[in-house]
Amino acid sequence: MSILEANNVSIRYITGDFKDIGLKEYVMRRLQGKYHVTEFWADKDVSFTLNRGDMLGIIGTNGAGKSTLLKAISGIMVPTYGEIRKEGTIAALLELASGFDGELTVRENAYLRGAMLGYTRKFMDKTYSQIIDFAELREFEERPFKQLSSGMKSRLAFSIACLVSPDILILDEVLSVGDGAFQKKSGDKMKEILASGVTGILVSHSIDQVREMCNKILWLDHGRQIDFTDKVELYCDAYEEFLITKKLPQNQQQIEKLAKDFTVRKQKKREEAARAETRKLEKILEQGSDETAVQAAITILQKHRPDILRYTQ
Amino acid sequence: MLKNFQRHKFLFEELVKRDFKRKYKRTVLGMVWSVLSPLMTLMVMRVVFTQFFGRNIEHYTIYLFCGNLVFGCFNESTGQGMESLMSNSSIFTKVNVPKYLFLFSKNVQCLINFLLTLSVFVLFCVLDGIVFTWRWIFLIYPICCLVLFNIGMGLILSALFVFFRDVQYLWTVFTQLLMYASAIFYSIEDYSPIAQNAFLLNPIYLFIRYFRKIVIDRTVPTIWFHLLMMADVCIAIGIGCWIYKKYNHEFLYYV
Repeated sequence: MSILEANNVSIRYITGDFKDIGLKEYVMRRLQGKYHVTEFWADKDVSFTLNRGDMLGIIGTNGAGKSTLLKAISGIMVPTYGEIRKEGTIAALLELASGFDGELTVRENAYLRGAMLGYTRKFMDKTYSQIIDFAELREFEERPFKQLSSGMKSRLAFSIACLVSPDILILDEVLSVGDGAFQKKSGDKMKEILASGVTGILVSHSIDQVREMCNKILWLDHGRQIDFTDKVELYCDAYEEFLITKKLPQNQQQIEKLAKDFTVRKQKKREEAARAETRKLEKILEQGSDETAVQAAITILQKHRPDILRYTQ
Repeated sequence: MLKNFQRHKFLFEELVKRDFKRKYKRTVLGMVWSVLSPLMTLMVMRVVFTQFFGRNIEHYTIYLFCGNLVFGCFNESTGQGMESLMSNSSIFTKVNVPKYLFLFSKNVQCLINFLLTLSVFVLFCVLDGIVFTWRWIFLIYPICCLVLFNIGMGLILSALFVFFRDVQYLWTVFTQLLMYASAIFYSIEDYSPIAQNAFLLNPIYLFIRYFRKIVIDRTVPTIWFHLLMMADVCIAIGIGCWIYKKYNHEFLYYV
């Protein structure tokens, strides 16, 4: 049973003169016929279906329409054409640190954010202490929010969002939060949540993250849907090759070719790296002091010509 | 809409709390300011205008207070309500929440301020020897109308403010003019009958007059007067809701 379904979703974005002009300017331009509004399609004919437990990775370069699509899914925008069908609650983590209030304390902000994500007071009372512990902000609880470092702010935002349990979780570039230790912790938490059967959407510029966590891929380019697929490895390979060559695939064959090119490229790189390693070792052999040179020579021999070593013994 | 509101009750409460904190941060007197500032206006008006207008109006202090009470509430509510949507743009462009909540939260605050001032008003009435009658119960009607009217105007203004920032300055000028046109410190009895009827087009004047009728004249206004007020409220709320419904998903293009 599908939990989230997008059918031919197209979203028109308007931009142009209407922003930042005053009333006088507006009337003047209207009278002179110089009032221009440009429209462009941030997303065009995007379709996909997610089942319970799926993790969708949306890939694409900047301006591909990823964030706009997420806004439509979370209900902030409505599609110009097409429809989005969803079942259950959605927690959207778009640009984590915004929407907090600097004057309020950490505790008050946590409650406010929880309320925004659609949870009840009872639920927040129950999970609050868990949230604050996970964010490691216990001693800052009653501090005004503006005194926190930006890393701490994101940590709080992340903790609130992932300790609550939505049916659909939207993550927009949020997994690179906090310092190394916290990143590991949040990554583990994320996997735990995904294992519990939540449906997720991940937008990330780290393709490795997508490889690791997603089982479906939606590839967007300038609003156009290149493909929606469950062949994660193949498409990630193709996408990485595309990032290098900037050649957009037009059909399935080209995608497979891109993926193949990428594997070849990777193989080449690996060989190159191996060769560099060998060269380094050889250099040590030539110039090194006695003991290290002998050691290196033995290592090489052990690797490539174990038969010679047998003679000497 | 009601069901929707029920679902967002928790968020609404938190927003009200936040707005309170924001407003009174780093003020020594806190909420006392909300009562003090209308009292100061009242005092100045009392001192300055008694010479010119106060001689023919009985209970002039209360007469002034009725005007200031209503107009102050309207002024505060619409002035702050106007910015409610814009100042929360970082929230509604990221999270899907009903946008009218921000305005409602501001209005709750203004209502509390109003009730505080109202209690001071009652105190003044006692001091001024006003006779309290059962008709005071009728004051609930203009108060409800005023609150709803403020919400309606707030909806309209906050939406317009997103589209045109000029609205802020235009509104300041407009309220200034409205203040002079609302017979806060003078009586309209010296005007011609036509001019007197023209005053009835001003909703704020209607609310003020209702208060004065009950408190000073000890009579209840006619049924037509009630309906006229109701009509003003319906127009304001109607236009406000229409704008919010129509532009609900367009606001984010403008911020």
